[in-house]
Amino acid sequence: MNRDSNAYTFFFATLMVLVVASALAFTASSLKDLQASNVRKEKMQNILSTIGVETDREQAETLYKQYVTEALSLTSSGEIDQNVNAFEISLTNELKKPVDQQRFPLYEASVEGKKYYIVPLRGAGLWNAIWGYIALEEDKNTIKGAVFDHVGETAGLGAEITQKWFQDRFLGEKVFDVKGQLVGINVSKTNNDPKDLDKDDHEVDAISGATITGDGVTNMILERLNHYLPYLKADENTVALNQ
Amino acid sequence: MEANKTTPEKKTSILFVNKEREPLFSKKNRKLLSDPMDDNNPITVQVLGICSALAITVQLKPAVVMSISVMAVMAASNVIISLLRNLIPNRIRIIVQLVVVASMVILVDQILRAYAYDVSKELSIFIGLIITNCIVMGRLEAFALGNGVWKSFLDGIGNAAGYGLILILVAFFRELLGSGKLFGFQVIPDAIYELGYVNNGLMLLSPMALITVGILIWIQRSRNRTLIEKN
Amino acid sequence: MEAYLNLFVKSIFIENMIFAYFLGMCSYLAVSKTVKTAVGLGLAVIFVLAITVPINFLLDTYLLQPGALSWLGTQYADLDLSFLSFIMFIAVIASMVQLVEMVVEKFAPALYGALGIFLPLIAVNCAILGGSLFMQQKDFSGVAESAVYGLGSGIGWLLAILAIAAIREKITYSNVPAPLRGLGITFIITGLMALGFMSFMGIKL
Repeated sequence: MNRDSNAYTFFFATLMVLVVASALAFTASSLKDLQASNVRKEKMQNILSTIGVETDREQAETLYKQYVTEALSLTSSGEIDQNVNAFEISLTNELKKPVDQQRFPLYEASVEGKKYYIVPLRGAGLWNAIWGYIALEEDKNTIKGAVFDHVGETAGLGAEITQKWFQDRFLGEKVFDVKGQLVGINVSKTNNDPKDLDKDDHEVDAISGATITGDGVTNMILERLNHYLPYLKADENTVALNQ
Repeated sequence: MEANKTTPEKKTSILFVNKEREPLFSKKNRKLLSDPMDDNNPITVQVLGICSALAITVQLKPAVVMSISVMAVMAASNVIISLLRNLIPNRIRIIVQLVVVASMVILVDQILRAYAYDVSKELSIFIGLIITNCIVMGRLEAFALGNGVWKSFLDGIGNAAGYGLILILVAFFRELLGSGKLFGFQVIPDAIYELGYVNNGLMLLSPMALITVGILIWIQRSRNRTLIEKN
Repeated sequence: MEAYLNLFVKSIFIENMIFAYFLGMCSYLAVSKTVKTAVGLGLAVIFVLAITVPINFLLDTYLLQPGALSWLGTQYADLDLSFLSFIMFIAVIASMVQLVEMVVEKFAPALYGALGIFLPLIAVNCAILGGSLFMQQKDFSGVAESAVYGLGSGIGWLLAILAIAAIREKITYSNVPAPLRGLGITFIITGLMALGFMSFMGIKL
């Protein structure tokens, strides 16, 4: 057969498209469940890790059911929207909407009789998106734990926000100041307290060489928590009592 | 770089073309594997495939996974193109090659996402960039289109190994000097840090990848003076 | 408007394809021996990037993303074709390059003569596919943003290859250690230039 004839070229191209498309569609659909469950389990693992429950991916689902009692989706005025499954909310999509149409997921967990509130975070780092989860203790003020992740921060510098030693710096810090104002946590370059012994300064020590990623974390925590104020402050006394 | 391009065989039996002619690991075939490691290294000599490689050499682990992925993609697409080499219409040759490589890359990406989720997260878009990794297309065009299946397979493995070698070398130095770790485990003992040793944070930044490759080239060419360029 | 300008400057200087991501290194190293050819290739890259990134953005938004097909009707809303994105992007790029080549040949033969051999090379330039893949990751809000990003990345690439070509023209007169000549010194110079470009990092407009 003439390999350079138009008919043969068309025939070859069509055949190739068909074979390739069906082969890829087959692999993609047969691996899809596994991939989706990886993403799902990682999310559960992250949520659990903020409340001090470390687990591998296999155990994540069981432990999640055991500890996380409630997944609420809040409106911007702090009411609960029953029609939305909070776990399925993608912050990426929510952030594109106007604030009053966004839904804010909030997880409530209970470990050994203590209640925790977990807020998902999303913001911008140096190169691209960063996100994470932050857990508040029953006073809705003290941080129980934090987890961060990123798409493409500089490996070895900004990417270190995923490391436990950085995330542990947030433990015990408070997000409201004594007057009850939301101040968040400042990832600070000029911290006088590099060992993070002072837990009332609303500051943690930054990673050297990762200023912008650190600022991203600072902004993300403040910006996100701000939207939860109506809910967190609904019971104003909780904060006041703890000061 | 065209040195090992032999004349295309005009045979009809596509598989096992070399079977009677030479043993599987004849001297020539072994050369296909060993040449890209040194004299004909895809990165330092052929100048192929630098693009996507360097950005993931901060740590050893992603570098190793990237090398394995490239090896899988190269071996598979070299074999496929070599099998089809007498069937591909000349005019749409490039796009056929792109489609084959892209499909292989999608397979690798999907499999990583299903079975090695953490690794696939780390490599993110750089897996996709294997498609335009010149080394894959370059070997398809220069070798697989004109050679038998077994030889093309060896050529794919050899070139991917040569590529991986550089990747891993660069990643080794960058992780060791930049963060004092290898594969994420600390290898420089605390005692040395207490003496005042500090990790060189500069090694973690992307420009140092280029400079490290430059130094590797320097070392290779001072050992092997035939590779030195005229100006 | 400010957001576009910010993105534009960011994609040229801060997220420079060559100095920050090493994309398009193969042709960058191979075609940077003289300024003239470097400019030709650089222009072609700008052109193709500025066209393919928005096209791929549209494809991604209305065809490939999970739920992207919902405009066809609610029964298609669950489809997720994102596994096809690599192959779609590369197909768009390859055919765009062909198309550009044909159009330029027909309507601007002088330009075709100048760009000639560089056009087909672009299909396998990592910077082009990289542009589309970064676009997919960046969650742009509209096609205009993606076009600005594509244009900016292309200009950044041109700047990089122009600079290295000029330096290489000069460096032929320097006494570089023999084993370092050519490729080796080019790598090291690029590394030093990339260090310089890092000073743009963190600039906010």
